[in-house]
Order: sequence, then structure tokens, then C-alpha cells
Amino acid sequence: MKKTLLGAIATSALFAFSGTAAYATECIAPANPGGGWDFTCRQISKILFDIGEVDAPVQVTNMAGAGGGLAFSTVVNERSDDNDLIIAASSATTTRLAQNAYGGATADQVRFVGAIAADPGVIVVAADSPYETLNDLVDAIKADPGSVAFAGGSAVGGFDHLKPLQVLKAAGFDEITAVKYIGVDGGADAITQTVGGFTQAMTGDMSEIVGFLDAGEIRILATLTEERVPGFDIPTAIEQGIDVVAVNWRGLYVPKDISDEEFEAWGAKLQAVADSAEWQQVMADNGLAPFTKVGGDFQSWVDDVVAQTEELSREIGVIQ
Amino acid sequence: MDILANLSLGFGIALSPYTLMLAVIGCFIGTIVGALPGLGPSNGVAIMIPLTFSLGLDAVAALVLLTSIYYGAMYGGRISSILLNIPGDEPALMTTLDGYPMAKAGRAGDALVISGFASFIGAFLATIGLMVLAPLLSRVAYQFGPAEYFALYLLAFSTLGGISSNNQAKAALASCIGLMIAMIGLDPNSGLPRMTGGNLHLYDGVDFLVAIVGLFAVSEIFFFIESHGKSSAVGIKVDKVTVPWAEIWSTRWTMLRSSALGFFAGVLPGAGASLGSFMTYMMEKSIAGEKGGFGTGVAKGVAAPEAGNNAAAGGALVPMLTLGVPGSGTTAVLLAVLVTLNITPGPMLFTERPEVVWGLIASLLIANFVLLAMNVPMVKIFVKILSVPPALLLPGVTMVSFVGIYSLTGSYFDLLLVVAFGVLGYVLRKLDIPTVPVILGILLGHQMEKQLRDAMVLSDGEWQYLFSSGISTGLIIASILGFLAPIFLRRILTKPQAVSD
Repeated sequence: MKKTLLGAIATSALFAFSGTAAYATECIAPANPGGGWDFTCRQISKILFDIGEVDAPVQVTNMAGAGGGLAFSTVVNERSDDNDLIIAASSATTTRLAQNAYGGATADQVRFVGAIAADPGVIVVAADSPYETLNDLVDAIKADPGSVAFAGGSAVGGFDHLKPLQVLKAAGFDEITAVKYIGVDGGADAITQTVGGFTQAMTGDMSEIVGFLDAGEIRILATLTEERVPGFDIPTAIEQGIDVVAVNWRGLYVPKDISDEEFEAWGAKLQAVADSAEWQQVMADNGLAPFTKVGGDFQSWVDDVVAQTEELSREIGVIQ
Repeated sequence: MDILANLSLGFGIALSPYTLMLAVIGCFIGTIVGALPGLGPSNGVAIMIPLTFSLGLDAVAALVLLTSIYYGAMYGGRISSILLNIPGDEPALMTTLDGYPMAKAGRAGDALVISGFASFIGAFLATIGLMVLAPLLSRVAYQFGPAEYFALYLLAFSTLGGISSNNQAKAALASCIGLMIAMIGLDPNSGLPRMTGGNLHLYDGVDFLVAIVGLFAVSEIFFFIESHGKSSAVGIKVDKVTVPWAEIWSTRWTMLRSSALGFFAGVLPGAGASLGSFMTYMMEKSIAGEKGGFGTGVAKGVAAPEAGNNAAAGGALVPMLTLGVPGSGTTAVLLAVLVTLNITPGPMLFTERPEVVWGLIASLLIANFVLLAMNVPMVKIFVKILSVPPALLLPGVTMVSFVGIYSLTGSYFDLLLVVAFGVLGYVLRKLDIPTVPVILGILLGHQMEKQLRDAMVLSDGEWQYLFSSGISTGLIIASILGFLAPIFLRRILTKPQAVSD
């Protein structure tokens, strides 16, 4: 009987500590299993090994906490020269960095390697909603800002909240603090609130809503992409005269103090994943659109996004 | 019959020697994971995900393994609640209230068998409910907005005072401590940190598992050290396990009522198994009344929460499969697995991928019977794991709990927090303040606040919004009655007793 208990302890210990010795590369998903970052880490790690870019399977570690802030500060403070470490990132990472939500950490404390897919932003209403186009919705808000409440899967000030605000600003509406938004547990929950009539519109990612679209419960007013998402006959915001692109990119960052050669090497490896047939399949299966930016290009794009987000966040009062 | 045809399709997929073997392995691992404090169903499932991928399991086989672990952990949580007075996971919290007194009275075997049976009834009925009602119940989630959820949590809170039978004021104090701890973290409506002292580790608030392990397991260690191991509560002997048929039969209505209520609590996204077991316990306690002896170790007191939380586990699968909205932490992890296996849950899943849905349902039924067999005739195996001498067991349990907690975030900060909660638990228990309401305050307080504030955002601060639907008005009236009734009724109820004393 003692043996069993010790066995259990040994097994748990094995689960906890196996990360250090047996694997060459580690990918940190800064959230619990199940979210977008976890998905990014697991898929990229698997493909890196399958196409032979790394010699041993990549160890995926979940380091949840502070919306990714815990992993960020660990990388910055404790592992800033570890060249066998990659960390999953997305629009949420840059949004939080721009809003100083990582306890004073800034985007220049790590290096952004690249993005290899994007989840298109969408604005959605219930199938029985009176709003037929994005401009119907915008006009209703212009007439009475309190008449439309948005639900989204991120907290107040998060990426899902910023999307409709960007749309409204681009359409010439400036009282964005009057726009109602509630943050719920994920996109599917935001949809149930909208279909249930508690909120009038939902803001989220394409992948979160595909199942509901097939069931005929919702109508997508616009995708926030440059071109229509392949396979879906849905107009973009740009087509409707509102010049906004907001996609939730999926990519990686690495510690700051690795050498430029190592940084370039990670960029090349990520590019190889992006080009692989396996990754094309993963994107198709999960409603992701192609969006590849790697290396220095990506770093400067991230800097722009952070600056824009900072400005918008200041306007809505999330930061001072 | 559609359902029978679908079910035979499901069994056709799930009933092979290989998947049966996976179910048995999953149930066994799940029960152990559930019984170990700090490791709950969501850890258990999360730990096994990489294994399912590296074994190259197909969708159905992976689901069989993971749901067996899920159901197994729901069964297993009660074992340490009853034998150690340390809940194996959050939903098993309420089982300590009557299960441990039963064990202390030398009836640990009975408590385990009754609760095992109740778990089976709850899980079995919930699986039937999932089968028959899922397409219908997916609409229920559309009826619950912030006002309705707030009213639901209010109802749970209004009955908190009655949780400890000897001193209501102390229970209220304890739940306030819990509520205060629930305030730590990011403010739900502004996204700004609150009472975190600038510490990043506190931005997500305090995890219930951290509080449970600290308040129960670590404080038990402190008591153990204080008494030099002489009067430890741990180390209860289970000599002979017999099936108390008469007692099980006497709880039949309790099991049925609790299964129904627990299933419903599970169906509501975000409410989950903990709320299910809590509400079923309080419901049965008030039905039984003062004479029911809840809290002193009665069969109904272990049957109610176990039927409730297992039914909730089944209920939580309804919104996950039909809406893609996880009803609990564990279903969130299962959802992720489904997505990784290229199965998109949603309203179309039942028609588009019937083989997955019905394979899953069939495997749940299989797992349930395997678990009944493991948890009633073979319960001694699990008891033996926990019946090593306390001097070895307590540190062992604590160590495993610490590993479990560390696996939550991979940071040592939570371990410090566990120790701090241990000290808090020690002080509270010395003052005879119950620790269960503290946990419930943490568990329910955060959601209740968030729903209220969302309701206020949607209504521009009009409080009448809280009464805008029949559901919310009904729940609020029920909670006001639930809070006031005991205060007035007690006078009437206790007077005759006072005379006879």
C-alpha cells in the first residue's frame, strides 16, 4: 500500500519535473490547456518536430497567470538568454503590453519572432436582429450609444473590446466611452448572451463562431480583414466603407538576449512551419486565415500595433 | 426509437476490448487523481492529454480515456473527504460535512458505499439526461443573462448561514473572509488590478485549490504536529465493507432530487459541480429539517452532495457539446481536446458528428458501471492507499498536493500561499470557525460580483433590471425567503425543544 502512494508521488513528480532534462526545446503556453496559446504551442511544437526542424520533441509547458504576464516576467527576469525557449503569443500579448497589464513590462523586453496565422475579427448579431449590415449597427450606436451592448470573450479593454471601438472610431463616432461592453468567459459564451438577447452584438474571432453560423443562429455583419475570408461569403468592414483590420494573430516571441543568428534561426524555423502542408491543414481545420510575418518585419509591425493600442486604450481610460 | 438506434451506434464504436481497457485504466487513474487533494478532475484530464496524443489515440478512444478520468475523479474526490476530512477536489467539499463524522463514528465503509452508490445514480441519470434532453437544454443557457446568474448565486449565498449548524454568526464571518479573498485580482469591469499589492501572481485571484489544500491539508498537518501525532483525526480504519441496502433505499428520494438539481446546475455554464453539490446539500438539509441531523454524519448528507456533483459533471457536458461553452474547468479542458481532434462543438455537432457524440455517451455509461464496480466492491483498494500511518500519510498527501498546486501555474508563489492558507485554517479551526464557507465565498463571490456588475453595465445602473425576467425575480424571492425563513421559523421550531430540554 505504501508502494502505491509512493508510486503516485513519483508519477506526479515525473510529470512536474520531466521538462528539464529530456527535451531540447521548450514552448511555454502562458495559459491553461485549452486556450489559443496552448493551441499555438502544441501545434507549432508538433510540426517543428514532424518536419525535422528540431531533433527532439518540443516540451510544452503551461504557465498560466496574469493573462500571460507571469510567463512574460519569468522569461524576462529568469530566462532572458535561453535560446531553446519559445513562447506562444497573440494579439492579447501586445494588447496587454500596450496597456501596462504585465506589471511594468514592455514589448521591447523580448523579441517577437513571427506570426504564422490569424483568426479574423468579426462583429456578429443574432439571426433575428434588426441590424442587417455593419453600418446599420454603427448608425444605431451613433443615434443612441446605450442601445447596443457588446459581449466578447476578453475582459474590458481586451482585444475583443477594442475591435468594435476601432470600427466606431473609423466610422466617425468619438464618444467611445459610452459604448457598452461586457467581458464573458470566451466567445461561445458571448454568443449565447447575444442570441439570448441580453446583449445586442458579439465581438470575437472567426473560429469562435463557425459552429453557430452553420446552425443559423447568428449573422456576421463583417469580418475585420483586408480581404474576404476564403470559404465564407461575408463582406469585410473595408467593403462597407469602414477601414479597420483587426486580426488575432498567432505567433511566438523569444527571450531578448539571444544572439541575432539565433533569432534569425527561429524566424527560419517558423517560416518552415508556415510553409508546411501540415500547417495548412491545421489552419483549414480551425478556421484560421493565412497571415505570415517573420523576423524584423514582424517586430516593426508589432511595435506599430502596440503604439495604436496604447492610444486607443488611453482614450477609453483603461490606462492613464 | 431514435435514441436507441443512436445509442447502439455509440456502443458499436465504444464497446471494443481496447476501449474497454482504456475505460478501466481511465477510471482507476481518475479515482486516484480525484482522491488526492490538490489534484482535481481538470488536472487529471490535462495531465493525460499529451499521453493521448503520444499514444496516437483516435477521437473516440481519446474521449473514452479522458471522460473516464473525468468521471473517475468525480467519484474519487469523496474518498479523502470521508476518510481524511480533506476534500479531494472542490465539488467534494460538501461531502466532508457528513462523510467525515460518519467515518469518525466508525462507519467509514458505509459512508463510502452510500456515496459511491449516490455518485452512480447521479452520474447515470445525468448521462440519460444528456442523451434525452441535450438538444432541448441547450436553449436554457439562452435564458440566463447576468441578472439571472446573479440571482442564482444570491440564492446560493442566502443559504450559506445555515451551513454550520452550531453557530451561524461564525459561518457568516467565515463566508465574509472568503468574499474578501475573492476580491483579490483584476477588477472584472475595468480590468485594473485590485488588492494585489502589484504582485503579478495575484492578478488572476486566488485559486480555490490553493485555498482548499491550505485550509484543509496543511492546517491538518499543523494540528498533527501540535498533538505530536497522538490525537490526529487521520487514520480511520475501514474493517469490513458491507452494503447497507436499507440505508441506501432510505436515501432514494434524496438521490433523485439531488441528481435533478445537480444536473441542472451543471447545465448552466459557469455554475458547475461545486455549486451543484452545495445547492443539493442545502436543499436536502432544509427538507430534512432540524431532525434530519445533517452535519452529524447521516446517510442523506453524503448521498445528496455526491449525487449532486456527479450529476452536475454530466450536466456540464450539455453546454460543452451543444454550444461549445464549457460548464466547468474540466469541460473547458475536454473542449480543447475536441478542438484539437478537429471536432468543433456547437449546435450542429449532434447531427454532423453523431458517431462522436454517441460514442462519448456510450463511453460515459460504460465508465459509470466500471466506476460503480470499483467504488463499491473494490473500495478497499482505494481506502488502503489512504490508510498508511498518519505520520507517513499526511506529509505524503501534502507533498502530492504541493506538486498538484505547482502544476497549476508552475510558480512557487502559490506554494507560499498554500502555507499561508494553512496558517489561516489553523487559526480558524482553533477559534471553532468553519472553513467550508471560506472556500464557498472564494468560489462563488467572484462570479456573483461579476454578474451583478455586468447587469449594471447593461442596464445603465438601473437596479430594477435584476427583476426584469421571471427567472431572476423567482430566484431572488426564493433567496430572500431562504435567508429570512430560518430566522423566524427557528423561534417556532426550537421553542418546544427548549422546553423538553
